[in-house]
Amino acid sequence: MVYKKRLDGRSIEELRPMDAKAGVIPNANGSASFKIGKTWAIAAVYGPREMYPKFLQNPKHGVLRCHYNMMPFSGSGERIRPGNNRRSQEIAMVMTKALEPVVDLSAFPNAVVDIFVELPQTDAGTRCAAISAASIALADAGIPMLDMVSSVAVGQVDGTVVADLMYDEEAYEGVVSDIPVAMTHNGKEITLLQMDGEISKADLLKALELAKGATEKVYQLQVKALKEKFTLE
Amino acid sequence: MSTIVKEKDIVIPGDVLAEGMDYLPGDNTYRRGEKIYAKVLGLVSLPGRVIKITPLSGPYVPKVGDKIIGRVTDIAFSGWRVDLETAYQAMLNVKDATSRYIKKEEDLSKIINIDEYIIAQIINVTSQNLIDLSLREPGLQKISGGRIIKINSQKVPRVIGKQGSMITLIKEKTGCEITVGQNGLVWLRGSSDGELLAEQAIKRIEQKSHQDGLTEKMQRYLEGHTQ
Amino acid sequence: MIHNKDTILDLAAQQKRIDGRALEEYRQPIKIETGISWTAEGSARVQIGDTVVMAGVKLSQDKPYNDTPDEGGIMVNAELLPLSSPEYESGPPGPKAIELARVVDRGIREAKAIDLKKLKKLCLTPEKAWFVIIDIITINDAGNLFDVAGLAALAALRSARFPTVNLETGAIDYKHKTSTPLPLLKEPLPVTVYVLNDALLVDPNADEESAYDARLTVASDADGTISALQKGGEFPLSIEQISAILDLALEKGSFLRKELNKAVP
Repeated sequence: MVYKKRLDGRSIEELRPMDAKAGVIPNANGSASFKIGKTWAIAAVYGPREMYPKFLQNPKHGVLRCHYNMMPFSGSGERIRPGNNRRSQEIAMVMTKALEPVVDLSAFPNAVVDIFVELPQTDAGTRCAAISAASIALADAGIPMLDMVSSVAVGQVDGTVVADLMYDEEAYEGVVSDIPVAMTHNGKEITLLQMDGEISKADLLKALELAKGATEKVYQLQVKALKEKFTLE
Repeated sequence: MSTIVKEKDIVIPGDVLAEGMDYLPGDNTYRRGEKIYAKVLGLVSLPGRVIKITPLSGPYVPKVGDKIIGRVTDIAFSGWRVDLETAYQAMLNVKDATSRYIKKEEDLSKIINIDEYIIAQIINVTSQNLIDLSLREPGLQKISGGRIIKINSQKVPRVIGKQGSMITLIKEKTGCEITVGQNGLVWLRGSSDGELLAEQAIKRIEQKSHQDGLTEKMQRYLEGHTQ
Repeated sequence: MIHNKDTILDLAAQQKRIDGRALEEYRQPIKIETGISWTAEGSARVQIGDTVVMAGVKLSQDKPYNDTPDEGGIMVNAELLPLSSPEYESGPPGPKAIELARVVDRGIREAKAIDLKKLKKLCLTPEKAWFVIIDIITINDAGNLFDVAGLAALAALRSARFPTVNLETGAIDYKHKTSTPLPLLKEPLPVTVYVLNDALLVDPNADEESAYDARLTVASDADGTISALQKGGEFPLSIEQISAILDLALEKGSFLRKELNKAVP
């Protein structure tokens, strides 16, 4: 059995329907909402502001600090107990690493730029949606950036390389691999790369090639969201 | 060998602004190889051969000479600690607060107390963005009454307008005294209706800052509300 | 950051507000959306002015408490997210979040808004009962969280549907909802009246909220029955003031209820 027809009828390189908006949280310095399928990330940027605790300050440049949280009712099963867990801490760390290469905080020594991402509902691909939302929110906040970062998962479901896996595909019987990828727009440089599952080298390279086109689609939507905010006003 | 964008285009970080060596990267842009890229979200500005971006949002970067509005948050031996609603603390030293001689044992809170606002000038910014303030210029003072509103500091030039045209218009139509701090805090004082109209007008400019003919639009808006 | 406290108090003495509203006027827009989260059994996003709150309802099955063997239960939790205001920090709920959760909880619990006995009867696993957990999440705090959170909680409860249960294994299938709504007996809505310089006002913005002398949250039902009270602030209230506050709170309660009925019939 080879996975030929996707569970929701999409073609292999097709992403789920997406929607993005910039400037959704008036209190924040920058913010964004990013939906892909039934996964929804809301990001808010606060700062540059004073960094607490003080021992985390860096006198040479500002520090980027990401926070990732699934709302208690956002999982597909039972309620999730609120608060930090190992998963959310790891995702916050890889998010920071995915965005740091494009963010230039050299003008803000000792300060911090906080990015908070909250998910009201999820269906796989949450860290990718979080990064895509965060990148819009950072640009909306006027933070100096060399480039945008766009993120989407690719992977392999029972022998077929596909883009943007949903939960039912991650849980598909057979060999599955889920590869969250984040890329810069201009250089197509990879700033996030993780994988769960099994894949051959050839399929992995094929998946990364597919990620170029997939992240480009995310990028086009990020541009649209930012330009819409500042033209509609 | 050319520009890809034109004057007043909205660009986002990473957008290519020009190719070739005919143009020079100005504020908020950078060059990599043959290309010049945008480094912030903003509007393209092409004065001659330099490409610049005027940001549409973003943090206040303190500069010597800027007139700012801040709130006193603490009192130390040497003066007052002032919050400018930025990432950095500012200090107003006793010697820069007044030309009067202040005795060592004098209670500084009698001069300016915690939670009071001041209009001050930045006289020094260190490499680490620590800020020194002064009140020793005309127009710099402790303020009372009226209201403080906050706008994005990048919108301050639009609220002031060319040669102060916009702010003069708002002052005339609302009868308010208005001081715009470069850090984005604005102080208004007038009748309660006048203050409210001035606040709404300034928020409107903040939102529509990149539109053409804004002064004329605001003139009509203010006249529509003062008839 | 507190701005304009003195000006707000001076204006209140003249029965005026800093943003030009009448004292008893709620901000616009008032938006109530439900079904914003497919993973919740019920969910809502409520916006009043710039204040935005989400609420989600999750249902689970558990053993009843020892002292109420024939009843299910409810729990309300509130999170003041650092995403929603520069004033909030990460970490476990502080006193402000706990007060918000408790006020909403009391409004629902003491009004007997949910038929707890029915939560037991509707559960087909003999030793268990249904438990309702309401999570209130702030998205943008621009003042008056009590009223916005109460409205969001009620909208989420109204929209909630039980998940399907596998009758053989007793396992809950959260991905497929039934058409059965929660057994709601009453629908209390909180309205908070703020006292500023002897003026009574509702729906404060963030600056007004930092300037008040006293506040009283009044949860009331459709027929005007009062189901919970919470006084806050440093100033005492006279009985005459409380009487006037109750009149205003009941009037505004029915105003908010109309908005809810329009959005979630």
